[in-house]
Amino acid sequence: MNKHVMNRRDFLKVTGGFLTVSFLLPSVVFAQHAAEGELPGDLADHPNLSSWIRINADGTVNLFIGKVELGQGATTAVGQVCAEELVIDFSRLHVTAGDTRLSPDEGTTAGSQSMPNCAPGVQQAAAEVREILRNLAAERLGVAADTLTIADGTISAGGNSVTYWELVSDQMLNVEATGKAPLLPVAEHKIIGKSIPRIDIPDKMIGRHRFVHEMTPDGMVFGAVARPPTYKSKLVNVDLAPIEAMPGVLKVVRNGSFLGIIASRQDQAMLAADALSKAAQWDIVADLPGHDGIFEWLQTAESEETEWKNTLQPDAPQGASTHEATYERPYHMHGSIGTSAAVAQMGADGTMTVWTHSQSVWATAAAIEQLLGLEEGKVHAIHTEGSGCYGHNMADDAAADACLLAAAMPGSPVKLQYNRAGEHQWEPYGSAMVNKISASLDAKGDILSWEHHIFSTPHGTRPGGDAGRLLSGRYVEPPFEMPVPSDGGPPNFSATRNGLANYEFPGERVVTHFVREMPLRVSSTRGLGAYANVMAIEQFIDELAVKAEADPVEYRLRYLKEERMRDVLTRCAEAFGWDNFEKGRGKGRGIAIARYKNYAAITAVAIEVQVTPRNGLVRVVRAVAANDSGHMVNPDGIANQVEGGLIQSLSWTLKEEVKFDNARVLSTDWASYPILTFSEVPPVELVLIDRPGEPYLGQGESAQGPAGAALANAIADAVGSRIRRVPFTPDRVKAAVTA
Amino acid sequence: MLNFNLNGGDVSVDAPGDATLLSVLSDDLKQAGPKFGCGLSQCGACSVLIDGAVVRSCQTRADAAVGRSVTTLAGLQENGQPSVLQQAFIDEQAAQCGFCSSGMILVAQSLLDRNPVPTEADVRSALNGNLCRCGTHNRIVRAVLRASEV
Ligand code: FES
Ligand code: FES
Repeated sequence: MNKHVMNRRDFLKVTGGFLTVSFLLPSVVFAQHAAEGELPGDLADHPNLSSWIRINADGTVNLFIGKVELGQGATTAVGQVCAEELVIDFSRLHVTAGDTRLSPDEGTTAGSQSMPNCAPGVQQAAAEVREILRNLAAERLGVAADTLTIADGTISAGGNSVTYWELVSDQMLNVEATGKAPLLPVAEHKIIGKSIPRIDIPDKMIGRHRFVHEMTPDGMVFGAVARPPTYKSKLVNVDLAPIEAMPGVLKVVRNGSFLGIIASRQDQAMLAADALSKAAQWDIVADLPGHDGIFEWLQTAESEETEWKNTLQPDAPQGASTHEATYERPYHMHGSIGTSAAVAQMGADGTMTVWTHSQSVWATAAAIEQLLGLEEGKVHAIHTEGSGCYGHNMADDAAADACLLAAAMPGSPVKLQYNRAGEHQWEPYGSAMVNKISASLDAKGDILSWEHHIFSTPHGTRPGGDAGRLLSGRYVEPPFEMPVPSDGGPPNFSATRNGLANYEFPGERVVTHFVREMPLRVSSTRGLGAYANVMAIEQFIDELAVKAEADPVEYRLRYLKEERMRDVLTRCAEAFGWDNFEKGRGKGRGIAIARYKNYAAITAVAIEVQVTPRNGLVRVVRAVAANDSGHMVNPDGIANQVEGGLIQSLSWTLKEEVKFDNARVLSTDWASYPILTFSEVPPVELVLIDRPGEPYLGQGESAQGPAGAALANAIADAVGSRIRRVPFTPDRVKAAVTA
Repeated sequence: MLNFNLNGGDVSVDAPGDATLLSVLSDDLKQAGPKFGCGLSQCGACSVLIDGAVVRSCQTRADAAVGRSVTTLAGLQENGQPSVLQQAFIDEQAAQCGFCSSGMILVAQSLLDRNPVPTEADVRSALNGNLCRCGTHNRIVRAVLRASEV
């Protein structure tokens, strides 16, 4: 017999680059399943089956969902769950996502919630439809329902058969779900758990239209916005005549301090908007703390203090020593490769239709209605794919601006895409944060108590039906007030997300100093506060391990009680070769772990770096991630998200910082805000742990904190001292080497 | 009138010569591939080929294409089927949002035309000027190497 030895390359080809391991757990370990008869996920809000599923006479099936495709593969994974329970071939399915007039309102597509909320709802709805059809078939064929078998929409018994497409009639699915239809046993799954190729990818690889950026409706004109020079500027005066005379300009729109252009061509619109913004006279306010002053500012600004946890023992033994550290993260951009865009058209019936890559089509449509003074329901928003968004970027602003301009030219479809500076300077960033942690330790270096103070501005300013949350809403006349967001509450939080440690300490206190003022515009950015909080917790525990002269993995395991987390950490360390690691000059290893939101997906990351002491350059040599996202619906989709999140986090941590002075943002393009490039991206090895039968946990954001922290720990290991301020640029690393 | 060859067929466009080639391809010729990412020659999302060489169409005047052959993503298809390289991207699922894909594929195609058997380092260096925010880099590299093995 020929023995075939797999080399690494073959192995990667066979598996698509990741390893999966599967475990059946007793389901009591994580019971999030709906109780008997209760409708799961978003089906509870939209129990009518016909709002989700339509079976067509031509043998196709439509699935309508309110969660949208952001490049994360959600429509494919949710489609898989539907096809599985409906027992049809996946190719019969057409998924319509995020049309305010066609899809069930599932709110915002964010927070890794598509799999936990949309998928179980769809799964139950599909099972209900299957059972309705099975019972009909039993009647039609004159046999007992439990003698029937189903394959790809054909129901058979003893040589007779009938198809779904023959059975359905118009109103048949216009009924409410009962919550009683049984789900298929996990062991019978044929589609769930398979890496079904994404439905949107082929079009994108051959140049078929999919993105809102590619829309070219007949009669299209182009919009652009002339922003003020700084956030708080007010328009004093402007002469519109020279701008109106520029080539291609069809209209200049002025409303308060909002200035917009409509032109025949996109480049003409952009040029005119630039000229307009320069021609206008603005009143400028310069009161920002600047990128170097922001950390001090965060700790001294007026804040709201909330103690989220306090299990400190008043009679705890006096510690032998204490340790404390302060960590700082700057503002980060979403930095989508495509700037935000939208197409809007005011119809003769007074309906404003807008094609948008918003994550929250319903709430954004409502905010635009308020902005334009339209009646409820007059804005019809249709989700159309955009560039990857990683949170609340300017998609909603682009939709609103396109509508503001389209209202000024009824009938014409207005397409608007921001220029690069327009996105870089005006998008809502991930908030800068400061984390201060202190611990009291016993003589062996074990933790007696842990205290964590979090300083942050808000993280969630999505439109939520309010025109004051749309950028231009603040510049029109009269301006809309921006409602100030809160931190939310446990377990999700926003600034405090993952601020409570996943470890069990004898005593833990967590206090958030929530600063409501927002020097820079901020909103949800992949993981919200979790990135900084996990960075801080996972660096601090590493510092304590070093102090205790303990192995960082072993030290973490002293306090990590949850089996699934222990498992992820151990597997990550094993796959990395943690125990056999050989240290060398400038070479270091680091590891970190977190359970996202303290209840969702678990990711551990281990990283090897090589630092060049002479110039402080950090090369990430390799990364290993282990992940448990519960029952995996599409392993390749999870792999793609974990790896993508990890690489993005390395980029944030190594290179990114929004720079600003006392008035304006100075990071205006990819030269002034560089991100990781091909030559800097390390090979990534993944271990995916499947938990069949457990809830789907969703996996969009869980790698952000662990990846950054593992990198920080690896650099500290390599250079022998800590840099507690992100990003780890060569000058900072060099300073740490010589420290 | 701007006359040039697009993906093998002659086209004639009524657009100003100083318009960007990107706007002419996207808006006049309704090509879905090339994308506006930065307009500054910094990201590569707008990459297309003129006579087989990569240009950044956001910073190229439309009249630079006159009398020459322009290839966009759709033009790589062979008999209406994805090309070997496009199929390799599909097989590797080498995208998350896919906004960068068109530029990646065209730059990779020009690499493979020059160097049919590139090393991994060759691929990374050829693509180094193309930005991807989703972190799909390693899959993209695998897709290009896979195509080079066919
Ligand atoms: S859009 Fe041309 S390089 Fe970015
Ligand atoms: S796949 Fe989204 S930018 Fe590359």
